[in-house]
Amino acid sequence: MSEFFAMGGYGAYVWSAYGLTALVVGGLTVFNIGRCVREQRRLRRLEEEAER
Amino acid sequence: MITWLANPERFLRFAVPASWACGAAAGALLLIGLVDGLALAPPEADQGDTVRIMFVHVPAAWLSMMAYAVMGGASFVYLVWRHNLADVAAQAAAPLGAGFAFLTLATGAIWGRPTWGVWWVWDARLASVLVLFLMYLGYMALRSALDDERQAARAGAIFALVGLVNLPIIKFSVDWWSTLHQPAAVIRFDGPTLSGEFLRPLLVMAVAAIAAFAALLLTGMRSEIYRRRADALIRAREQQA
Repeated sequence: MSEFFAMGGYGAYVWSAYGLTALVVGGLTVFNIGRCVREQRRLRRLEEEAER
Repeated sequence: MITWLANPERFLRFAVPASWACGAAAGALLLIGLVDGLALAPPEADQGDTVRIMFVHVPAAWLSMMAYAVMGGASFVYLVWRHNLADVAAQAAAPLGAGFAFLTLATGAIWGRPTWGVWWVWDARLASVLVLFLMYLGYMALRSALDDERQAARAGAIFALVGLVNLPIIKFSVDWWSTLHQPAAVIRFDGPTLSGEFLRPLLVMAVAAIAAFAALLLTGMRSEIYRRRADALIRAREQQA
């Protein structure tokens, strides 16, 4: 197991590369989904107000 | 403006299930790719386990260029046919492409330090990808700087189209100039030179990245459509008052 994390001595490089990728892609995903939910709610609220 | 509100219904009906499907595919492929790339693939003869960085660096690079192609193509469609959905697509692609370009540069530097001995070198490949990253930032800055949305869309579209020339420059930079960055090993006229045990996880991660991009693009487009509709309702309400 520790061999897996050590990555032949290059662990710091490999894991920081994968970690950065996870951060950026994960961040974009969370942001995009969050914004979609927010804008959808805002639109629905406005549409309901317009009907009244 | 009114016709704009009509067409995207069909797109939204498509986008909701499509983005979920692409997201699920991305997740599944990512899992397979990570197991393959981190565990199953062997260390490479010269660079050892650092070769595994390829499985995030190369997909990021491919996607950074693919996203720009989408942005450029959508900008062209917008300029020629004035289709607002194309403008929405271009706008949604930009932050994704910027993220992938950033990852390309960062993971490339992390890979370069142990293998080349340097974090950075001003060779044609690295410099042109840095320009690509800056063009994404420039596109987003330009659009947000213009208050009139139609002007912003048009200026952005022209800016994106001008930058399209960078894509073949990036691709052929390793052939046209003498670069530290290695020449193409996959997308080549004579076929890939990369051996199967490395090509396999690379392709899985690449398809995962494409699926993720598609899911994120569709979601981003949905957000932008909802926002524009909401703003249109607010404007209509203000005009009635």
